Amino acid sequence: MKRAIFRNQLLPWLLLAPQLAVTFVFFLWPAAQAGWQSFLREDAFGLKSTFIGFENYSRLFGDPHYLNSVMVTVVFSVSVAVLAMAVALTLALAADRMIKSAQTYTTLLVWPYAVAPAIAGLLWWFIFNPTIGLVPYALDMVGIDWNHSLNGTQSMILVIIAAAWKQISYNFLFFVAGLQAIPASMREAAAIDGAGPGRRLFSITLPLLAPTSFFLLVVNTVYALFDTFPVIDATTEGGPAQATNILVYKVYVDGFLGLNLGSSAAQSVVLMAVVIVLTVVQFRFIERRVEY
Amino acid sequence: MVEHRPFLNFLSHAVLVLGVLIVAFPVWIAIVASTHPAETFQTGRIPLWFGDAALHNYGVMLGDGLSNMGAPPLAGMLFNSLVMALVIAGGKIAISITSAFAIVYFRFPFRMLAFWCIFITLMLPVEVRILPTFKVVADLGMLNSYAGLTIPLIASATATFLFRQVFMTIPDELAEAARIDGAGPMKFLRDILIPLSRTNIAALFVILFIYGWNQYLWPLLITTDEGYYTIVAGIKRMAEAVDANPIWNYVMAASVLAMLPPVVVVVAMQKLFVKGLVETEK
Amino acid sequence: MATITLDQVRKVYPGKVEAVKGISLDIADGDFIVLVGPSGCGKSTLLRMIAGLETISAGTVKIGDRVVNEIDPAERDIAMVFQNYALYPHMTVYENLSYGLRNRGMKRDEIDQRVKKAAAILEIGSFLDRKPRALSGGQRQRVAMGRAIVRSPKVFLFDEPLSNLDAKLRGQMRVEIKALQRSLGTTSVYVTHDQLEAMTLADTLVVMNGGVVEQIGSPLDVYERPASTFVASFIGAPPMNLLPLAAAGDGYRLPDGTLLPADGYPQGKAAILGFRPEDVVIGGTDAFSLDFHVVVAEPVGAESFLHGKAGGAGIIVRVHGRTEARPGDRIRIGVPAARLHIFGTDGKRIAHGHISARDRATETQAALT
Repeated sequence: MKRAIFRNQLLPWLLLAPQLAVTFVFFLWPAAQAGWQSFLREDAFGLKSTFIGFENYSRLFGDPHYLNSVMVTVVFSVSVAVLAMAVALTLALAADRMIKSAQTYTTLLVWPYAVAPAIAGLLWWFIFNPTIGLVPYALDMVGIDWNHSLNGTQSMILVIIAAAWKQISYNFLFFVAGLQAIPASMREAAAIDGAGPGRRLFSITLPLLAPTSFFLLVVNTVYALFDTFPVIDATTEGGPAQATNILVYKVYVDGFLGLNLGSSAAQSVVLMAVVIVLTVVQFRFIERRVEY
Repeated sequence: MVEHRPFLNFLSHAVLVLGVLIVAFPVWIAIVASTHPAETFQTGRIPLWFGDAALHNYGVMLGDGLSNMGAPPLAGMLFNSLVMALVIAGGKIAISITSAFAIVYFRFPFRMLAFWCIFITLMLPVEVRILPTFKVVADLGMLNSYAGLTIPLIASATATFLFRQVFMTIPDELAEAARIDGAGPMKFLRDILIPLSRTNIAALFVILFIYGWNQYLWPLLITTDEGYYTIVAGIKRMAEAVDANPIWNYVMAASVLAMLPPVVVVVAMQKLFVKGLVETEK
Repeated sequence: MATITLDQVRKVYPGKVEAVKGISLDIADGDFIVLVGPSGCGKSTLLRMIAGLETISAGTVKIGDRVVNEIDPAERDIAMVFQNYALYPHMTVYENLSYGLRNRGMKRDEIDQRVKKAAAILEIGSFLDRKPRALSGGQRQRVAMGRAIVRSPKVFLFDEPLSNLDAKLRGQMRVEIKALQRSLGTTSVYVTHDQLEAMTLADTLVVMNGGVVEQIGSPLDVYERPASTFVASFIGAPPMNLLPLAAAGDGYRLPDGTLLPADGYPQGKAAILGFRPEDVVIGGTDAFSLDFHVVVAEPVGAESFLHGKAGGAGIIVRVHGRTEARPGDRIRIGVPAARLHIFGTDGKRIAHGHISARDRATETQAALT
């Protein structure tokens, strides 16, 4: 709490006005609209809407397409988070051993953060191109026939790789920072106690890295749930046969392309609930971290 | 390191080199592909080494674009992306500084309510409120305009929190000394707070520039006039074109051009970038 | 230059915490006044109310003839030196000194003149274009002083300005501040918790405790005639020795049972007896004698401190030069009658002492009771 305060009463509102205006007009109002919309059914011409209570929701949770999308989202998010974090942790542990070259490796590893998810998707889409792509060519030699436009699993693998690739640099930076925060004296003490490098990794380093890992898990989940929209849209567009139709993408398809307003609104509300839970988890965690 | 283990050092280098190669691989392929003529992609395999059509490919994309496939010249799209990235980054920083200043240095009724209103934007990513937001923008007549591309995206809880954090660490006595020195609130903001936050501002600018440049869904939705296409969203329209006609050389040239500005910013300002990234997430 | 008049000034924080409980004070023009007291006594709050950095809950503050309760700090014609100096870190020393003048729209030439003059007085002319972080603690302190004097305000306010310096520098700066204030003649209010600083700087000393003024007076007056046991133990290092006296017949009794007859003092009431460590006479006096049991002897060089027990209470005795006393020694001590202080059990001063304690050994006294 600040002690020094300016006494003006009008000025703070003027200072807040731009931010609050944008927030109300483009965040709160549309969100409220979505909420209201989710209780309505609109006729095909958009002329009349009737209040139908929770019917959109009950229909949503009875819809096999939606439940499939939930499953797809879970598989996708968990895979992206685990893959991106595992690769980044391995690289960070290696970089932490480096004294002189750590900075160079960091430079070489961080730039994919700047690549737009849509482009990341497109690049991997190109590499996995069934006709001319390098990976299908290599897979063909071991007898695997790659065609992600027909095979749902392969399509999923493709988007997971593309989405995880972009996130590696982010995770790498945070793991490196987390590792640097572990006092050298702790590892030295363990070494004096007779613990070798492998043992130190599992008994000292990884446990002390747990807060960073948990934080990254939440961030990566949010990333996989929402920020990967462009990866899907630029590549599989949810296909084939809904195999990669994650929830965020489905909201867009149903609402914007399918014009099923009520259902799309209900899906939006469900997603908002998910973000709220994740944000609360993240903030509870950050508060705890501050106390350390 | 605690003890000298040559094998572990070697292994670490090997892991890192492999990691760098994997991370760089798709981009390498993209750059190589953008230097080949279109025929290369009709049959066979993606090449691994440079061709000789680089000048031609980039020239075509920057100058003419693929007009027949719905992609205008890239030069215009790059300009739009630049405008969008700069306005979003600058706008977010400006309104977040004033908001944080109001919240930290003033006491007024409903102060916490205002704070929570801003906070809640964290929980409403554009993806989950696409339709109603689109409708608001359409009703306001902001489709196909720079205002429509930028203003709906410039509220920022994260930036507001960051500046709040920065301001909280500035000693109270500095504001008191400024008051005694005859500086009013706006003068204090301009002469003391902003200069003292300039590295934070620069670090945040790097992050937000990338954020703005890489926007995809929003520009895709609200631009139908190709004069307002941004390059990242425009990629989608090109990617659709290659289904019919494998002009991967052009698409990859466009991708390289779309990646280049933010990547250059990150590499050139790596220190600021890392600082900005780590601090905004704190 | 101006007088400062505080009339029944109170500060109540939200939550009903009363930090300053109705203080009235007249500060003469050119006076150097020091507010001293332990942390939380309200001295800083009082200073900040004079500065205009805290709102005044009740009462009035006048600078000169003007009531300033509702006036902005910038308009009060005051300058303040903060404990952490509060120099603007991104500005050079020159910019730091001139910022307040620029904000007042002063002409460039005059600003330059004033900054150069202030810099010359404080001998900081050679680093005017450095940033504060390139300066030592003492230099920063000077810049903070410079920022105050460059404005030629009516009043200087100091909020523990020396407490971030090391002991040697603090002593040096203390002398400089005093000399500077003398030569400028500007009314000054100085807050400190350090009683030595308070004693050496003040024309008038204001001892505060728990939001009220315990005593106002010249430093030596406060030292010689403390108005309460709080002042007696706060001013002076080591503090005054205080021994509780219980009423016993026509006299008093010390904690260990020693009886002291009271001559002309309210009888039948408990009281507190006080005497300063340096007023102790080894070998005893006619007025008052006790057995002193040495526990620790501290030679400091020019003087020595003997810590021990007498009359059943902890006592410190100050001896000039060196001492032969060793832990375990028993020494006869006394205090001249004029150097004894008597306080009531409420801590308020009753009078200078005239207790005549007859020369009796503690052992026999213990046997008598």
